Amino acid sequence: MRDTAREPRGGPVRLTGTFLRVGVMNEMQYRINFFLQLVQSLMTVGTGLVVLAVVFSKTKDLGGWSRPQLLAVMGVFTLVGGVIRTFIQPNMERVVNDVREGKLDFALTKPADSQLLVSIRDVRFWQLTDVLVGVGVLTVALVQLDPGPRWQNLAGFVVLLLSGFISIYCFWLMLASASFWLVRINEVQELFDGLFRAGQYPVGIYPGWLRYGLTFIIPLAFAITVPSEAVTGRLAWDSVAVMIGFTIVLLFVSRWCWKRGLRRYGGASS
Amino acid sequence: MITIYTAHMRKAVLTQFQYRAANYFYMIGMIAEPVVYLVVWSTIARANGGSIDGLTPGGFAAYYIVWTLVRNMNIVLTPFAWEERIKEGSLASQLMKPMHPIHQDISEFMGWKVVVLLLWLPIAAALVALFRPTLSPTVLQCVVFFFAIWGAYLIRAIMQWSLGLVTFWTTRVSAIFEAYILAEMLLSGRVFPLVLMPKWFQTLTWYFPFRWSFSFPIVALTGPIENRDLFIGLGMQVAWIVFSIGLMWMVWPRAVRRFSSVGG
Repeated sequence: MRDTAREPRGGPVRLTGTFLRVGVMNEMQYRINFFLQLVQSLMTVGTGLVVLAVVFSKTKDLGGWSRPQLLAVMGVFTLVGGVIRTFIQPNMERVVNDVREGKLDFALTKPADSQLLVSIRDVRFWQLTDVLVGVGVLTVALVQLDPGPRWQNLAGFVVLLLSGFISIYCFWLMLASASFWLVRINEVQELFDGLFRAGQYPVGIYPGWLRYGLTFIIPLAFAITVPSEAVTGRLAWDSVAVMIGFTIVLLFVSRWCWKRGLRRYGGASS
Repeated sequence: MITIYTAHMRKAVLTQFQYRAANYFYMIGMIAEPVVYLVVWSTIARANGGSIDGLTPGGFAAYYIVWTLVRNMNIVLTPFAWEERIKEGSLASQLMKPMHPIHQDISEFMGWKVVVLLLWLPIAAALVALFRPTLSPTVLQCVVFFFAIWGAYLIRAIMQWSLGLVTFWTTRVSAIFEAYILAEMLLSGRVFPLVLMPKWFQTLTWYFPFRWSFSFPIVALTGPIENRDLFIGLGMQVAWIVFSIGLMWMVWPRAVRRFSSVGG
């Protein structure tokens, strides 16, 4: 399927830029959605704040995390959720639907790399309100923290956050690849949304079996807890090494899954 | 009427049983939520010397494991479904049938419940093994529980069905639905057992349907609950079912009139 001689000029970066621009232009037609999404983001975070208030009306700390630290986790959780719902989830859901409806051919017959192409086709721009609200919550939390974060903490946070996005993307790509084998997996979205909620709290509070599951099966620990640890100054360096190594492995494994799945797709449609 | 219900139910059982993997995905996604709450609250209970507001880790485990069953009973037609029905015109064919279209939705979801309950059993067994709930209901509690989960299903099914009809008036429905769902999360006992909340909050929950379709069936089984409150709860469920049917009778004819006017 891949034909390097006809690869578009400027390569993957330019292609991504073009798709992103078209996506944003599409979404810009529906400006009122910004306010509707903002209201929804605020309502969701409001619920989270109520829960946090109830929790801390009964206790001083939760598994060694203070109130501002947990607030920071909630901010990161909201932010990460926003990025996933803007860039990752819409594309991966489209893959699942395309496989079922046999429309994936339209992506596969294009000269660019198929994995790249299916990962950049859609952007739900207005979901970025979650990122806005998440950054707001995180800022409030950081101001309340004593001692406040130093620049190393913030720099580490940004790097780990990016690495976390990559690991979640890989996880979603593997889920989407599963649709080549299982016919009806619209429920993967429900599955992911449900499991993703577990990231609202640092994975350290969960019992061992669940903690490992949320680290190595669904990389929520890497996407939310570890960056939160970085920004609140609780980070152990060995978890950074594990995280980066694991993310690299995931990149290869998910690509392999995708390629395997594609082979199956070709067999089914012919 | 009963024949039609059983026919729809049987159809749903057969269809949904084909999609075991999909149904399991759905359920595992759903089970994550109570496990999170359960872990958070048991952690606090342990740090607090074994219990908060009378609930031990075993008590929380019982609450949230019964929660998973009640949550499954709570699955009804999402109000978001109306958008597609109206847009794609599948509603038109439903309107041709002599029976009110809500019957098909209610009976199909009832059939699905049978499959869901079967698939739920191993998950419940795993949760029991992992979290060791303390649960010792009386016979009366079990009987009330059996009726209460179906009462809960009817309240939620009819309320959400009526709520979905808003789609006939505006296309910007998601903000309204989300607000409704968030109110439900807090007021139903879904996020935290209501007993943890201050008195005024607990009183407030009496005036919404949410408590009766969620917290009540759970507490009916896990206790502590007086026999008197068991019957009051069932009574409140009946009252809310009557209320939601009334609401639906008022809104549905008006909604259909709008549909025909749009369809031309």
